[in-house]
Amino acid sequence: MAEPLLRAEGLVKRFGGLTATDDLSLDVRTGELHALIGPNGAGKTTLIGQLTGEIRPDAGRILLLGQDVTPLSAARRARMGLARSFQIVQLLDDDTALANVALAVQAHQGHSFRFWRRAATDASLTTRASALLEEVGFDLARSGRRAGDLSHGERKVLELAMALASEPRLLLLDEPMAGLGPSESLRMTETLRRLKGRIPMLLVEHDMDAVFALADRITVLVYGRAIATGSAEEIRADPAVRDAYLAEEHG
Amino acid sequence: MPERGWTYRGVLALLLALAAALPFAAQALDSPASIGIATQMACFAIAAASLNLILGHGGLVSFGHAAYFGLGGYAVGILWEHFRLGEPIFGLIPGSNELLVTLPTAMLVSGLAAAAIGALSLRTSGVQFIMITLAFAQMVFFLFVGLKQYGGDDGLSVRRHNLVPGLDLRDPAQLYWLCLGILAVWLFLLHRIIGSRFGRVLEGVRQNERRMAALGVSTYPYKLVAFVISGVGCGIAGALMANYLRYVSPEMMSWQRSGDIMVMVILGGMGTMLGPVLGAVALVGLEYTLGGLTEHWPFFLGPILLLVVLFLRGGLMGLFGVRRGSG
Ligand SMILES: Nc1ncnc2c1ncn2[C@@H]1O[C@H](COP(=O)(O)OP(=O)(O)O)[C@@H](O)[C@H]1O
Ligand SMILES: [Mg+2]
Repeated sequence: MAEPLLRAEGLVKRFGGLTATDDLSLDVRTGELHALIGPNGAGKTTLIGQLTGEIRPDAGRILLLGQDVTPLSAARRARMGLARSFQIVQLLDDDTALANVALAVQAHQGHSFRFWRRAATDASLTTRASALLEEVGFDLARSGRRAGDLSHGERKVLELAMALASEPRLLLLDEPMAGLGPSESLRMTETLRRLKGRIPMLLVEHDMDAVFALADRITVLVYGRAIATGSAEEIRADPAVRDAYLAEEHG
Repeated sequence: MPERGWTYRGVLALLLALAAALPFAAQALDSPASIGIATQMACFAIAAASLNLILGHGGLVSFGHAAYFGLGGYAVGILWEHFRLGEPIFGLIPGSNELLVTLPTAMLVSGLAAAAIGALSLRTSGVQFIMITLAFAQMVFFLFVGLKQYGGDDGLSVRRHNLVPGLDLRDPAQLYWLCLGILAVWLFLLHRIIGSRFGRVLEGVRQNERRMAALGVSTYPYKLVAFVISGVGCGIAGALMANYLRYVSPEMMSWQRSGDIMVMVILGGMGTMLGPVLGAVALVGLEYTLGGLTEHWPFFLGPILLLVVLFLRGGLMGLFGVRRGSG
């Protein structure tokens, strides 16, 4: 089998007495959409943090494209093609939606030691930024609004556009549908379905309809441990998963 | 006011013209001293605009920018001293009384100091960054207190103004115009920087460093370059101030001075082009008016600042409807 795009091996992360990540191994293969599910507090966000480089694991290692990236900073990993969204949206709230995406495009174009030319009217930034907003279904008529004044749903979509600006080799999405209304959720599911196959993804999500609709493989996390990995059918049928998670979610 | 509109440019041109006409008004009103006050305002405006680059746009709270202001002043003072004595510095660098030599030297010295201090300070953030920039500034302050050959505590007199081809800086109006011109050029340069790709990264540093890292931007080198630019600006301000006062002393680099420059930025309006200028005009103006009324003026200055900060979001620029990002 080909080298997976991303591989986590034996990750451990403790917060004081709490083991948030407990000897966790997981991989994301080329072309797949891998969903990560688990109850609140299972350690999903902590895992994403370790994969992106914001959180340093206590043990284990992370391989991106076959290279050990465990000691590398979040920025370095991002430049290698690892893009992410945050569970709690992270934007430049004082700037317009368009300026947020334009900054992401700018970051992808190389260094920013350019001191003279006006970025706001630089077509190489704004044209691409508009195209990205359109791609994720952001209402372009509202692209001149301050990010801080946008609705929660728009902010989620905006963050996705920023992540896509880097033409990522792997996208880590931490609950992109959390807090969205039903129609917004459906739209996000459609957007992710369009991206699927083109961009490999690790998707953390509570919306089971979306997960079962999108995922090629699913990993179930409970108390920091991966208790099962498999296709949607395998996960649905897994008794341990039913006990630990699905029963509770739907019960 | 739209940032790029002709109305906005017209207002700026009008303000500059009015500022340039000030010496004539001072003469007409028989108040020559106000030219000197305006010169100080222009000098501090340069310093405050420079601090605004990192404080207002980069969110980096440096509490030690008087160090670069003072170093700029001392560059003029020390070069004058060696020029006067006819002894090269370290037996190598000849002294000078030419502004075209002293001003670039001031920029170089303050820029190098900002590079060294910034390189270390920017490893930290938050309160730690505030404290470490303050600590470095205090070190520079005490270094100059200890430099007895340059007057130590008492400072250094610069007996004659620097020479500039085509200008006579002994004339207060000409010195003022020089400071005003340099202020205008500096503001324009900063305006370009803030609107550029570099400026966008700096905005990102202020608003959300986590996001910047997720975009693949290592922010440290950008912060350092911004810190150096802002140090250089304070050096320019200090060099001009030394020419106005014809005197430099460690007081120029005291923590109170750092506080003054910071207050000007906050009072005027962080992250706006004219805010720091307005803040400098207001603070220097208040010092003179209140200082003329009572020797306890600092006692009254405090509450005034408090009122502005509490009731005017966005500082004095907020009064004109200008906020961060709108001009
Ligand atoms: N910085 C932290 N310090 C202490 N405990 C933390 C920290 N971050 C997360 N935790 C704890 O680790 C566990 C896993 O959290 P998290 O990864 O956010 O879960 P999930 O995203 O699956 O809901 C939780 O019990 C949480 O309280
Ligand atoms: Mg979470």
